[in-house]
Amino acid sequence: MLNEEARKLAIANFLKIEGHREREIRDVVDLCVVGGGHAGCEAALAGARNGLATVMFTVSVDSIALMPCNPNVGGSSKGHLVRELDALGGEMGRNIDKTFIQSKMLNASKGPAVHSLRAQADKQAYTRSMRKVLENTDNLMIKQAEVCELITEDIPDAPKGHAGKRIIGVRIASGGVYLCRAVVLSTGTYLNARCLCGEMITHTGPNGLMAATHLTDSLRALGIEIVRFKTGTPARMDKRSLDFSKMQPQYGDERVVPFSFSTDPEAVQKEQVACYLTYTNEKTHEIIKANLDRSPIYAGIIEGTGPRYCPSIEDKVVKFADKERHQVFIEPEGLYTNEMYVGGMSSSLPEDVQLAMYRTVPGLENCRIVRNAYAIEYDCIKATQLHHTLAFKAVDGLYGAGQINGSSGYEEAAAQGLLAGINAAMYCLGKKPITIDRSEGYLGVLVDDLVTKETREPYRMMTSRAEYRLLLRQDNADLRLRQKGYEAGLVSERELAYVKEKQSIIDKEVERLSTTMVGAGAAIQEFLSSLDSAPLKTATSLAELISRPELSYESIAPIDPNRPEYVLKARPVYRLTGDENRGTVEAGEEKSKQTLPEDIIRQIDITVKYDGYIRRQKKQVEGFKKLENKLIDEDIDYQDIKNLRLEARQKLEALRPVSIGQASRISGVSPADISVLLIYMEQRRS
Amino acid sequence: MMRDTIAAVATGRNASGISIIRVSGQEAVSIADRVFVGKNGSHFLKNVPTHTVHYGKILSEDEVFLDEVLAIVMRSPKSYTAEDVVEIHCHGGITVTNMILEQILKAGARLAEPGEFTKRAFLNGRIDLSEAEAVMDVIDAGSKAAVRNSEKQLAGHLKQQILSLRETILHQTAFIESALDDPEHFDLTDYPAKLKDIADALLDQIRSLLKSADEGKLISEGIRAVILGKPNVGKSTFLNLLLGQQKAIVTDIAGTTRDILEERLTIRDIPFVIMDTAGIREAQDVVEKIGVDRAREAAADADLLLYLSDLTSEFDGADLQILSEYPDKKKIILLNKSDLDAAGSEQEVREKIRENCSGEEIPVLSISARNNVGIDAFRDLVEKMFFEGHLPSSDEFYITNLRHKEALMEAATSLEKVEESIRMDMPEDFYSIDLMDAYMSLGRIIGEQIEDDLVEEIFSKFCMGK
Repeated sequence: MLNEEARKLAIANFLKIEGHREREIRDVVDLCVVGGGHAGCEAALAGARNGLATVMFTVSVDSIALMPCNPNVGGSSKGHLVRELDALGGEMGRNIDKTFIQSKMLNASKGPAVHSLRAQADKQAYTRSMRKVLENTDNLMIKQAEVCELITEDIPDAPKGHAGKRIIGVRIASGGVYLCRAVVLSTGTYLNARCLCGEMITHTGPNGLMAATHLTDSLRALGIEIVRFKTGTPARMDKRSLDFSKMQPQYGDERVVPFSFSTDPEAVQKEQVACYLTYTNEKTHEIIKANLDRSPIYAGIIEGTGPRYCPSIEDKVVKFADKERHQVFIEPEGLYTNEMYVGGMSSSLPEDVQLAMYRTVPGLENCRIVRNAYAIEYDCIKATQLHHTLAFKAVDGLYGAGQINGSSGYEEAAAQGLLAGINAAMYCLGKKPITIDRSEGYLGVLVDDLVTKETREPYRMMTSRAEYRLLLRQDNADLRLRQKGYEAGLVSERELAYVKEKQSIIDKEVERLSTTMVGAGAAIQEFLSSLDSAPLKTATSLAELISRPELSYESIAPIDPNRPEYVLKARPVYRLTGDENRGTVEAGEEKSKQTLPEDIIRQIDITVKYDGYIRRQKKQVEGFKKLENKLIDEDIDYQDIKNLRLEARQKLEALRPVSIGQASRISGVSPADISVLLIYMEQRRS
Repeated sequence: MMRDTIAAVATGRNASGISIIRVSGQEAVSIADRVFVGKNGSHFLKNVPTHTVHYGKILSEDEVFLDEVLAIVMRSPKSYTAEDVVEIHCHGGITVTNMILEQILKAGARLAEPGEFTKRAFLNGRIDLSEAEAVMDVIDAGSKAAVRNSEKQLAGHLKQQILSLRETILHQTAFIESALDDPEHFDLTDYPAKLKDIADALLDQIRSLLKSADEGKLISEGIRAVILGKPNVGKSTFLNLLLGQQKAIVTDIAGTTRDILEERLTIRDIPFVIMDTAGIREAQDVVEKIGVDRAREAAADADLLLYLSDLTSEFDGADLQILSEYPDKKKIILLNKSDLDAAGSEQEVREKIRENCSGEEIPVLSISARNNVGIDAFRDLVEKMFFEGHLPSSDEFYITNLRHKEALMEAATSLEKVEESIRMDMPEDFYSIDLMDAYMSLGRIIGEQIEDDLVEEIFSKFCMGK
């Protein structure tokens, strides 16, 4: 929190600039967060929880943490992001644990790297619950206002690639000014937003909310490059008009795994609702093809680039022309409402075509549409203008998070919001920023891709983008990232201690299993045959037995009589009942047990069973780290490197990568260019 | 500055009158001092001024006389490596040289890695990129195509094979990953069996490549000399003469050779890969045109150009034009058909070259390929160029070959692991870990894989003692 002296200094600095008047000042704070979506909420909480006076601006307080598209959190690789965010001390995981109505571990039949949690949310409950957390967090204020301008002051001797500006505040539409030290931009799809439903175009943000029409100009004035992206959402239908007997019901898991590492697993075992699966057919595709000329995208009205990996039904029909059908998921929007979300069929076709096309789908023959599908176009920045901290390179104290950085999805937004919020806080507190690299988390992959590769369409997290995914499992996010969350001021001592203990138990148990031998005696052979496992030829370690697909840590317990008794500290648990408003974490029940909890047993199994693969992947990470750790001097002059090809020189100069590793991932920079750069650096250094 | 002191034999491995052992590093003088004894039996090297030569002898630990030598002391920074350097000039002979080196190593030096002296010179800032010609060559090779393993040493077909192996692997990885992210549109049912077949085929190919590596065929193991010239000047006859047998088809018809004929042979024990090419002219038909293009490509990759011209016709603008296309190549001009009535002379050709090739010194020799005249002079010339360091030495080939072999073996191991995963019924997402390893190993061969120890690698291409 600012002291009186800092306040006075901030005001004096503001008034030094010509044209500024004292009466414009509404407040003096540390951090301003522009936007109250999933990114904004995490950023504001990260700031406030670090003790910073934080204001979160939103165009509508009723739309905080709004889910304007799909009614779920998580999914393939996005589920990983939520767990990582949770391990770092973010809110999304805890909030969905409180408000989900169905939960499922996806890809359970595949390897542990691709298991991914997805939960259907009660949208209203999700929004209200998040708002309650924000409203009850100390130091956090919510302000309904459109932010129009970023106020900066000049800084002398700015380094290369810097515009020589520093954030000192924001101005809202009324002309009022909030002085601050840092700003997180999390404007979502609101900047100069335009919604398209066939020929009908409205200049609004999602769900008819007010668009923000001034901030883009202010960003441009600071020299920030703007691009235009597009995304879309399908129709919502009245449940009473659908025939579910023609669809396949999709149920949640019998035993639900919570998203949050600080949610008591018992607290999330509850009654769940069903989703439904149906399919499009030739008839649907015919209608779409016959009306493509009325689609704003194909008619060329939409300028923005849409996401390839979250395509509209028009795109799917055009791109997969030989596919006879596409999946359609009918998902409830909440317990409070009749509205059903029609997953897989987002569209920007006109209302009449939408109705005709939806009605060809089995079960939707008599559907009544509550809200039409629409496409939305919005301004965002080229994220290559950001550091890995999500700070803008050109302006001190300015951070970007979520869709403004060119990403798509709630989880991608929230994860970035958390990182941007943490780093804005670290900046205000004069502490070292937090970064996550590609070998540490999906969040690291997401950020590195955004700031390194020139994303030409909304970026969606995908499993295939993570090279080291066997190490980046959703089940070990706490082991990977709790420490960073602690450094970021968002994870308590208690939570950190728990994770450290967990890791040490896993290590000890794995070590014991690999050194404990069993002989090929009759009793053992009999035991193995009772589990349909091949008899032993020679003595072998318990670990080798566990690595057999048909065996596990638990199933071999009878032949491992000397399992040590681990006295566990209680897992710190976030209470779902009672006064949970503050979102603080309390100690769970004190229990000292002999048997290990299921999450630890799971880690032991995975560590033992996939040992060889894990080791090979770790070796790949070593190679990766070597290049990441070769840092490029900040003042390097690429013009000085004679043997560099022109294209590479331009790309490197524009992006100014931090490391050789990052440089090697820039498109247009070849391995040969990297060699030249390495040699130049090596010589310059000595 | 580097901490440890290194030593190696700086002269070639061939028997020669004098061998030089180079010692470099902080301890260079004191280490040399331990093994070097002056006339009067005293150790005095430590106290001598820099850049002075001293006569003495090297004794073994048990005081046995090894050789009489000259020691040159060059103190930092004015030395090849910018460190303290001592050079010991001894009487050649592999055994004696090695024994002296051994004494120096026993006295505290470490055996230098290939190229380590040059590397130290570079890292110590004694030579910079623009000065270090050898380094520049490597970098240039890199910027142009694929760097470090000197792609040009790769036989052309090998590169194609590696590229196609990599493409297959990448395609399979992409398929697996697409299926992970979009199971609706990419189906993995029955995929493992299919991948098993693909991995089998890949392994077969890699194993056969490994076999050729053992036979030394992976890289053109030898100095790449390309015979170049206008049509019908006797290029094929010349090749046959060097080979001592009829390999290339020889006729009087210009344009007989259309593709490149590649032959291995040694000249005075130096390994060569000699390529006979189509005569360079405005080609009449498509096939010949391809031949001419290939000839030009081969010339661009060559270590040495053997430019053949015909004394019965004039050495004209067309000849000069072809020569000027390869300004940076080492060349020898051979004037063939010296047995027939000459239209020009060696002297005339020399003058034309002096006038037109901006002062380049190109040796010119008259020969008669048909009558075996001038061939010994040619062999002498080539040998001289080799020992003067104008042509690459065989150490480089050996190292490159070894590196390729290692990478191939690693790729094979990774693919075997993929097959093991399939056998063990692992989920599909496990396959891609080892597929990517195989992909990266193969990438190292063609320089598509960035490695952090690049500088090490570059200098390891230099010979020991350089």
